Amino acid sequence: MLARRIIPCLDVKDGKVVKGVKFRNHEIIGDIVPLAEQYAQQGADELVFYDITASSDQRVVDKSWVTRIAQVIDIPFCVAGGIKTVEDAGKILEMGADKISVNSPALADPELITRLHDTFGQQCVVVGIDSFYNEETGKYQVHQYTGDESRTQVTAWQTADWVKEVQERGAGEIVLNCMNQDGVRKGYDLAQLSAIRTACKVPLIASGGAGESIHFKDVFEQADVDGALAASVFHKGIIPIPELKAYLRTQNIAIRN
Amino acid sequence: MNQKIVIVNTGCANISSVKFAVEHLGVKVEVSDDVNIIQKADKVFLPGVGSANAAMASIKQKQLVASIQQLTQPVLGICLGMQLMVESSEESLSDNTPCLNLIPGQVKRMQVGDLRLPHMGWNTVTPVGDAPLFKGLDDNSYFYFVHSFAVGISEHTMASCQYGMDFSAGIHKDNFFGVQFHPERSSNAGAQLLKNFIQL
Repeated sequence: MLARRIIPCLDVKDGKVVKGVKFRNHEIIGDIVPLAEQYAQQGADELVFYDITASSDQRVVDKSWVTRIAQVIDIPFCVAGGIKTVEDAGKILEMGADKISVNSPALADPELITRLHDTFGQQCVVVGIDSFYNEETGKYQVHQYTGDESRTQVTAWQTADWVKEVQERGAGEIVLNCMNQDGVRKGYDLAQLSAIRTACKVPLIASGGAGESIHFKDVFEQADVDGALAASVFHKGIIPIPELKAYLRTQNIAIRN
Repeated sequence: MNQKIVIVNTGCANISSVKFAVEHLGVKVEVSDDVNIIQKADKVFLPGVGSANAAMASIKQKQLVASIQQLTQPVLGICLGMQLMVESSEESLSDNTPCLNLIPGQVKRMQVGDLRLPHMGWNTVTPVGDAPLFKGLDDNSYFYFVHSFAVGISEHTMASCQYGMDFSAGIHKDNFFGVQFHPERSSNAGAQLLKNFIQL
């Protein structure tokens, strides 16, 4: 039976793993390679490395750490951030990443998703979506350039429409980051994820809000997501991965042992 | 183990991760598209991600089709590399793509009902009989899959997997072996399978 995936996300800034609250005030958590190795050994099913500076700084970012990660870990990993062209993606995949994830550049140029799909195949192409629930309008809106507070902007896309668009263009997986919940550890946005699930025919990964083990159980059971991504609860040791997986198994959720 | 291990440079993207995984087992490995080097290897890996069409075009362009077909040492195809081992793949915009025809079978788009495609993530694999590549592994070990196309179950199936349908997680005929999953990304179970292959 296909297992639900537990995915630590390592936000990377200047070669270090960082974490901010609601995308702000980034604090350094540690070096990338030892953290990646540690998570793989603890039973993480996959890792996502998100270079949060890359998309917004408009600079070429040193990605040599991708090779160093590929050399030490034996689980799949995805690299996100700053991938604007097919060439950028090709370099990352050649360095040993299994998937690449695009977010802001895909909003700027949706055709990028099509080109990535046609060049590398659907299985490599992940689209990350930063979705914010606007309480005044009652709508979920896609945001762009969230790595840099001063450049973050709301786009014209409502989240469900963008989810459909990226699938039509060849996305193989969608990571939905629910911004209202990010970093506050009150649980995943079950209402939004459930709504998006019905529109999402490719694997869907929940992101934003994990604080306790029960939040993982809830998001798998209630929103039927394929994987749950989290950062601070793992980095800070609030939820040890082996205990989380043991707990989810007792709740009859398919989890890799 | 003082063996010559060669990874066929199919021009696909997962070559470095296969190389790293084999090196972790303490053996040297060379990536090559040189016929002479491939022929002299003790074990050959045929990796691949992407589309069957593009991969076959790359293998043809490198003039490797006949030399791969003539190999007599153990060969392990991984993911798309496995799919290239059968007769043809329907993963193509127009017609079926003819493949290497090392093992009978066809690659078809998976029919999984309401389930999501690609089939992406860790799934349990059930070996058939005493498949040597699964020696020392539990009957329901998890391996990492990413694919939307698959080879059905046949007499050449050496391990099966279930995702909306039963399909071949591994196939085998003579010296040719193929796995649909990624052993190089399947943690300890994957390392054990790679070790079993190298020890054949």
